[in-house]
Amino acid sequence: MEQSLIFVAAAFMLGLGAIGSGIGIGVLGSKYLEGVARQPELQGTLQTQLFIVLGLVDAIPIIAVAISLYLIFAV
Amino acid sequence: MASGGEQTTSEYIRHHLQNLVYGQHSDGSWGFAGSAEEAEQMGFWAIHVDTMFWSISLGMVFLWTFIAGAKRATSGVPGGLQNFCEMAVEFVDDTVRGVFGNRQNDLIAPLSLTIVIWVFLMNLMDLVPVDFVPQAFHAMGVPYWKIVPTTDPNVTLGMSVSVFFLVLFYNFRIKGPIGFGKRMVTHPIPHWSMYPFNFVLETVDMLAKPLSHGLRLFGNLYAAEVIFILIAAMLPFYLQWTLSLPWAIFHILVIPLQSFIFMVLTIVYLAQAHETDEHH
Repeated sequence: MEQSLIFVAAAFMLGLGAIGSGIGIGVLGSKYLEGVARQPELQGTLQTQLFIVLGLVDAIPIIAVAISLYLIFAV
Repeated sequence: MASGGEQTTSEYIRHHLQNLVYGQHSDGSWGFAGSAEEAEQMGFWAIHVDTMFWSISLGMVFLWTFIAGAKRATSGVPGGLQNFCEMAVEFVDDTVRGVFGNRQNDLIAPLSLTIVIWVFLMNLMDLVPVDFVPQAFHAMGVPYWKIVPTTDPNVTLGMSVSVFFLVLFYNFRIKGPIGFGKRMVTHPIPHWSMYPFNFVLETVDMLAKPLSHGLRLFGNLYAAEVIFILIAAMLPFYLQWTLSLPWAIFHILVIPLQSFIFMVLTIVYLAQAHETDEHH
């Protein structure tokens, strides 16, 4: 029983983390492409900013992945 | 699994996520912890020897490299080392100027350079195959040996809390105690009836910064390390490259990105501490 609860918890963590960051990174990428299409000369600056925000958004799901994998395999 | 069949998978994973701890045993003697339970019983006055060793020696590597580059600097055709040092310094200088502006501060650019190179080197240890160094130390009789310092929350939170103290210091120095206190109560909604609410909000904001700053770096590197260890635990050694190679290639993006983000957030927080002339 406890083991299966851990699986359910890990599935929630992985799934919800992936949904949230997927939406976030999708919005980020589309806005980035729009910005570059409007002003191609700003591509360098925008790319740096894109990667900063990407790293910020990326952190939460990857932490969720680590915790859920740890729960599944090590606990 | 490289270490033979006597360990189960979860024992293997737990072994690889355990630091080598030096501290006081429950019977009063000092020594290394032989197991995770012993390490837990040591409480507050215990030290992670492997983390300290690797972070300090990587800091030395950074210092030696850059001092050697600076000593051999010529105005003629630069060599590889000088090129590398100049690129790093210029990159950090550009970033600091972009975020911080041209305010007078002698500390922030060297601090940023130290952070970005040091964290980068510590993250880089993640690309060393997970069994190389722990097995070598195991053969020498050391029970646990973790080589990536940034997968230890003590390192990342230590750095972010140091940055937090610097932020407090500059807040007091630039704004003065009264200006800082005023900003704490008036900031989001400048009306006297909302002062307690503002204070709670600003305090939470203040305390959340070092926490998220340190945990972001820790979480990314810890996740990567756990996935490398899982790959090593699940597959026989001749198949491991099929999964760990793509993950390592993806990780080449994450390593500099996270050290860069750690630096940018440091600069942003310090720049916020320097803002004075705001009119609400």
